[in-house]
Amino acid sequence: MAAPKFDEIGFYDKSKLLDFSHSPKAGDWLDPKTDFRDGSWIYPTKAKHLEYLKMPNPREWNPKDEDWALPDNWKEIVIEGFRERLHKYRSLKVFMDICVRCGACADKCHFFIGGGDPKNMPVLRAELLRSIYRGEIKTMTKILGKLAGGRKLTKETIKEWFYYFYQCTECRRCSVFCPYGIDTAEITMMARELLHLLGLGVNWAMEPVAACYRTGNHLGIQPHGVKDTLEFFADDIEEATGVKVDIPINQVGADVLFVTPSGDFLADPGTYTCMGYMTLFHYLKEKYGFTYTWSTYASEGGNFGLFTSAEMMKRLNSKIYAEAKRLGVKYIIGGECGHMWRVLHQYMDTMNGPADFLEVPKNPITGTVFENAKSTKMIHICEFTADLIKHGKLKLDPSRNAGWNVTFHDSCNPARSMGFFEEPRYIIKNVVPEFHEMPENTIREQTFCCGGGAGLGTDEFMEMRLRGGMPRGNAVNYVKEKFGVNKLAAICAIDRATLQTVCEYWAPGVTVTGVHEMVANALVLDGEKEREVNFRMEPLPGKEGSDV
Amino acid sequence: MNLFVSLIAVVALFFAAMLGVDSMGLHSLFGIALPYLAIAIFLIGVVAKVIGWAKSPVPFHITTTCGQQKSLPWIQSSHLENPHTKWGVFVRMALEVLFFRSLFRNTQMAIEDGRAVYGPSKWLWGAAMAFHWTFLIVFVRHLRFFTEPVPQPILWLQSLDGFMQIGVPVLYMSSLIFLAAVTFLFLRRVVLPQVRYISLAADYFPLFLLLSIGGTGFVLRHFVKTDVTAVKELGVGLLGFNAVASPDIHWLFYVHLVFVCTLFIYFPFSKLMHMGGVFLSPTRNLTGNSREVRHVNPWNYPVEVHSYAEYVEEFRERMEQAGITIDPVPEAPKEGH
Repeated sequence: MAAPKFDEIGFYDKSKLLDFSHSPKAGDWLDPKTDFRDGSWIYPTKAKHLEYLKMPNPREWNPKDEDWALPDNWKEIVIEGFRERLHKYRSLKVFMDICVRCGACADKCHFFIGGGDPKNMPVLRAELLRSIYRGEIKTMTKILGKLAGGRKLTKETIKEWFYYFYQCTECRRCSVFCPYGIDTAEITMMARELLHLLGLGVNWAMEPVAACYRTGNHLGIQPHGVKDTLEFFADDIEEATGVKVDIPINQVGADVLFVTPSGDFLADPGTYTCMGYMTLFHYLKEKYGFTYTWSTYASEGGNFGLFTSAEMMKRLNSKIYAEAKRLGVKYIIGGECGHMWRVLHQYMDTMNGPADFLEVPKNPITGTVFENAKSTKMIHICEFTADLIKHGKLKLDPSRNAGWNVTFHDSCNPARSMGFFEEPRYIIKNVVPEFHEMPENTIREQTFCCGGGAGLGTDEFMEMRLRGGMPRGNAVNYVKEKFGVNKLAAICAIDRATLQTVCEYWAPGVTVTGVHEMVANALVLDGEKEREVNFRMEPLPGKEGSDV
Repeated sequence: MNLFVSLIAVVALFFAAMLGVDSMGLHSLFGIALPYLAIAIFLIGVVAKVIGWAKSPVPFHITTTCGQQKSLPWIQSSHLENPHTKWGVFVRMALEVLFFRSLFRNTQMAIEDGRAVYGPSKWLWGAAMAFHWTFLIVFVRHLRFFTEPVPQPILWLQSLDGFMQIGVPVLYMSSLIFLAAVTFLFLRRVVLPQVRYISLAADYFPLFLLLSIGGTGFVLRHFVKTDVTAVKELGVGLLGFNAVASPDIHWLFYVHLVFVCTLFIYFPFSKLMHMGGVFLSPTRNLTGNSREVRHVNPWNYPVEVHSYAEYVEEFRERMEQAGITIDPVPEAPKEGH
């Protein structure tokens, strides 16, 4: 067997990975030195994607090169871009001025906890930007120079920015603890916008952006491919349940448009969650006449534009309202996805609203009006399902999920940018017999990132993903040992992909699931055959001996 | 290095003030001109800074939510940690500004048996509360030097502060707590490797300045026992624009005053502006109801989008072959809105 490479988890020996100190060695962080070691950085954007998106400075380059082929006036571009953003964002302006460097955020970042690199302390990550603000922009500190913690913008600084602002997953955990609410996600977003002005980005984020712009989803699945995928899922559902579900695509006049991250089309276990949605919607149509539709044009709920720039976020997000309008639906339901919900909850209405052509979301089955989404007109599938369960509108058999001992991972964005805690928990407790919480400093608003959010979930970043995933992995392992937990539920497609790896490394034996996979598995359908397997084609409890 | 630069700056201020008054007789410069200048710079600087911040808009609704959202009626939402009303935001901000709510959450991470664990950590919060509140009390107490007669609330505060009745003149609790808290904050900065690593001269300087202000004030009250009547004449005079800086006042008082003036002058240009900035932090001062009420971005501009018409242009054939509904195809403008 070939020796594992740096993009595989077998490459990383746990004791070596953990052989580091959280006490930074004395030294001056103002001198930028960046070591692009394998496993800790992400391949840059291919020129063709930037060209397609009409973004600046498309070219092939490598961070390990001395010369990054920046435009001649790169410095001017960055300083001008910085000034422009100070004028456009109060957040940036205030956050540049008021940090007192108290250090409360230092040990809150998963990358610092699992890696010990001092520049992964949120305060220092922000200082990478702040020091340029003090050294190049702010008059008073410009004069004092290094004495005031200012420094000049050099190409070395740019390299350092590229390295560390693509070692932040924009999870916002530090901002919960900051006495002034300084949000490193906001800092990182600004820094990435500045980097993009020079054509510096990562391919793992920008290829999906380009694909989404063209085909409507990050994976670049063309319309017929979307249909094929859903048909394939329908076949699997039929095999497991004996019920053939409809696949409404681009249906004018459906009650709702359903949008979910395309990650759920591609990789297990997200695929099972997608089957879950399809099964649930089938049930609602058969029983209550509630109709939904998929869209091929808006076949992506996620938005890697969020990890690129405000403008790119808006360009990609525009499809959702446009499609809802074109199809004449009443409102929109969104699937289980983390950063998608940050965009939908905090940006969509501002950027592409007002959605005055839609109705205030109302569940016709329960009569519930979702006042909390009366402007955006988009609700989370978990809000919708929790409401159905509360009103007794779903026939559920939780015993089918027996053997799944579940814990719930709060995804960063629904947690810290929505406050989405009880809805998924309520659902889980109604569909599985056994549920245990992880330790309190690792859940809800204090939840830990999977280590692969914000465009970092790629295998060439494996060392940092394992380091960043350590706090979450440790907490999962804790409940595994204490309560025998074997399933980690998450309402995020990136989680469903990256936490697989995190669990494999830090909490072996625990696998990942989505909430609606469990819902649909427990859902008792009209006309179903005797259920013997779940969507994973694993035998249900008590059916292990059956011939499946 | 950052530490020593700051220390030298404060020592230099000390000698400048001492020599200026004691050997050169610059009482009026340090006792009258400087305070006026300092107050002017402070007021103009702070106002300018806050206006500068406020001039930049808040384009997006980026609340950091630290509690349950308001959604379904039967789910208890967290009014303070994720407020959906302006009143909730007001209380959240009040807790933040008066009691440092977010800092109170602080945890300390440690690695035990190769596993990251988190314990509560209230020391920073405690020291920060002690420092800020006693600083406020000391500040308010000092108003007795500027007012005649002294307003009753200040006298009450004074007697409460000195209720232990130790020493003559009475020892104020706030003075001790202030000095202890600032010393703690300084030691923490030097001792903890992470915090030492991030500390700039701009972090040490204000701490040294505060310690010097507190230290000189303490010595003046309890050891030098300077001519308080003359000090009060100066204070009242400053407010009435008819001040006399008496040479009878001990030179150490002028050192104390120069330190205070330095703090005022330094304030608007430094991290001390967190006092104003905390009120403008968009992650804390916005509601959590961004799906309920639309947030308007004043600079929202049209962007290039990939319309459904363009999409169909590329994929029509495949959609037809796969039997996917294509119509209607609205004539979409190239530009979004």
